[in-house]
Amino acid sequence: MTDQYTADEMMTVAAARQLRDGTACFVGIGLPSTAANLARATHAPNLVLIYESGCLGAKPDRLPLSIGDGVLADTADAVVSVPEVFNYWLQPGRIDVGFLGAAQLDRYGNINTTVIGGDYTDPKVRLPGAGGAPEIAASCGEVVVIVRQNLRTFTERVDFVTSLGYGTGPGDRQRLGLRGGGPRIVITDLGILEPHPDTCALTLTHLHPGVTVEQARAATGWDLAVADRPTTNEPPTTDELAVLRALEATKGTR
Amino acid sequence: MAKLVSLAEGVADLVRDGDVVALEGFTHLIPFAAGHEIIRQGRRDLTLVRMTPDIIYDQLIGAGCARRLVFSWGGNPGVGSLHRFRDAVQNAWPRPLELEEHSHAGMANRYVAGASGLPFAVLRGYTGTDLPRHTTNIRTIACPFTGEVLTAVPALRPDVTVVHAQRADRAGNVQMWGITGVQKEAVLAARRSLVTVEEVVDELVPVPGQVVLPGWAVTAVAEAPGGAHPSYAQSYSVRDNDFYVAWDAISRDRDTFQDWMRRQVLTSEAMV
Repeated sequence: MTDQYTADEMMTVAAARQLRDGTACFVGIGLPSTAANLARATHAPNLVLIYESGCLGAKPDRLPLSIGDGVLADTADAVVSVPEVFNYWLQPGRIDVGFLGAAQLDRYGNINTTVIGGDYTDPKVRLPGAGGAPEIAASCGEVVVIVRQNLRTFTERVDFVTSLGYGTGPGDRQRLGLRGGGPRIVITDLGILEPHPDTCALTLTHLHPGVTVEQARAATGWDLAVADRPTTNEPPTTDELAVLRALEATKGTR
Repeated sequence: MAKLVSLAEGVADLVRDGDVVALEGFTHLIPFAAGHEIIRQGRRDLTLVRMTPDIIYDQLIGAGCARRLVFSWGGNPGVGSLHRFRDAVQNAWPRPLELEEHSHAGMANRYVAGASGLPFAVLRGYTGTDLPRHTTNIRTIACPFTGEVLTAVPALRPDVTVVHAQRADRAGNVQMWGITGVQKEAVLAARRSLVTVEEVVDELVPVPGQVVLPGWAVTAVAEAPGGAHPSYAQSYSVRDNDFYVAWDAISRDRDTFQDWMRRQVLTSEAMV
C-alpha cells in the first residue's frame, strides 16, 4: 500500500533521486536545499553540499532557512570566503551539479529570478535577482532545476534571462564559451522534463503517478514536446516520505 | 591604529550624506545595530552597496536613506521578497531607488579588485544573461595572452564599509570566524571602515578558521553586543529565523513598517 503524499513531496523526492552519491552539488536555497538534504539523508550519504556562503561539504542535520545558517558552517568540511567559493571552486568547473529553482522558465531552460512584467526599470513584480545563479548555471557540470509547473512559471519567453539554459537553442552555450553542460533535467510537481538531444527544447519524459500529459500541457505556456511514452515515476517510498517530513519539521530550527 | 568609539560616534564620524556605503555580512555577522544607527542619524542620499541586501537594507530603504542600490540578490533568505525594496522599485516609495544589479560572483570580484588596488576584476560571468544590458559596469575584455573573451567589472571603492565581527582587542585588531563572506575584501576596498564587535577583549585568543583584520587597516571599532541580531555571531548567538519569517508581515504594509521602525529603531538607542 502506498502512503498519501502531496505533489510537492513527490517533486522533492523525484529531485532528490536525481542527485548521485559522491558528486559535488552547489545548492540554492528553498526547494533545492530541501531536496539535496533529502538525497544526503537517503541514497546519497556522500553527496557534497556546497552553499554560496562558502560552506563546502555541509552536513546539516536539520534544514537551514538561509544559505548561511550556523548549522552549515558548523558541519562543513571547510568554510571559505565568498570570493573563494566563486573563484576557486565554481568558476574552474570543480562542481558537478548546480541545483536551482526558478520564478520563470522557458522551453530552453532559461531561468528568470529578476523581474516579471512591465520592463526592467518599471516591473510589475520585482524579484530578488541573480545571486549566485548566473555563474552556477554557466559553470557547473550540469544543472538540475526544481520548479512548480504552471502557466505563470512555464512561459514561452522569460521576461528576463537571469541564468542561461540553452539560450535560443542548440549551439548557443558553445558559441558563448560556457563550459558547463547546462540544464540536464527539470523536475516539477507534475513530472520531469529533459532537453531534447537535437533541439535542446525541454521535453516531458516522465509523469508523476496520476498526472496526465494533458495536465502537463495545460500547465505549460508553450507547445510542450512530449516523449513517445512518458515513464511514470515511482511514488515516494515510505522511507523517503518519513525522512522528508522529519527534515521539513526541522526547517530553520536551532 | 583603529579608534575605539561608541557606535553613535562611529556612524557620525564615518558615514556621511551622499556616501557610497557598504554594509557587508553574508547571512552571518550582518551589522544591524550600525544600520539602525544610520537610520536614527537620518543619513540621506546614500548609495548602498551589498551583495545580499536583506532586512537591514529593507529598513534603510524604507526609512528613505538610500538613493541608489548596488547589489546581487535582494530578498529575505528562505522567506521571500523584500517588501520595502519592492515598494521602492515598483512605486518609488518613500523615494525612487536606482538599481545597479550584478551577480554574486561579479560583486565579490568587484570587492577583490577594490581591495587589491586594481581598477577592475576579470571573471567568467554574466555571459548570455540580460544583466549586462542594464549597466555599463559589466563589459567584456579579451585576454592579452589567449584572446579569450572574458567579463570585466570595475572595482568597488566604498567611501565607508561597515561590518560586524565577534571580537576586537584594545588596539582595534578585529577577529571574526564562521562564515566570513566578503567582509575582509569590503573593508580593504573602502576608504574608511567601521567595525562593530560583540566584545572588546584584552587579548584575541586564536580561533580555527578566523579572519583577522589588523587594527591599522581599520578606521574605527565600536562595541555593539548583539549587534548582528536577527542575523547572528557564531559562538555568541544563533540566527533568529523566527524574526526573518515575521519580517514578511511587518514589512508588507507601509504603516505597519513605519510603526515598527518607530517603536523598535527610532525611539530606542539600545535596540539591536
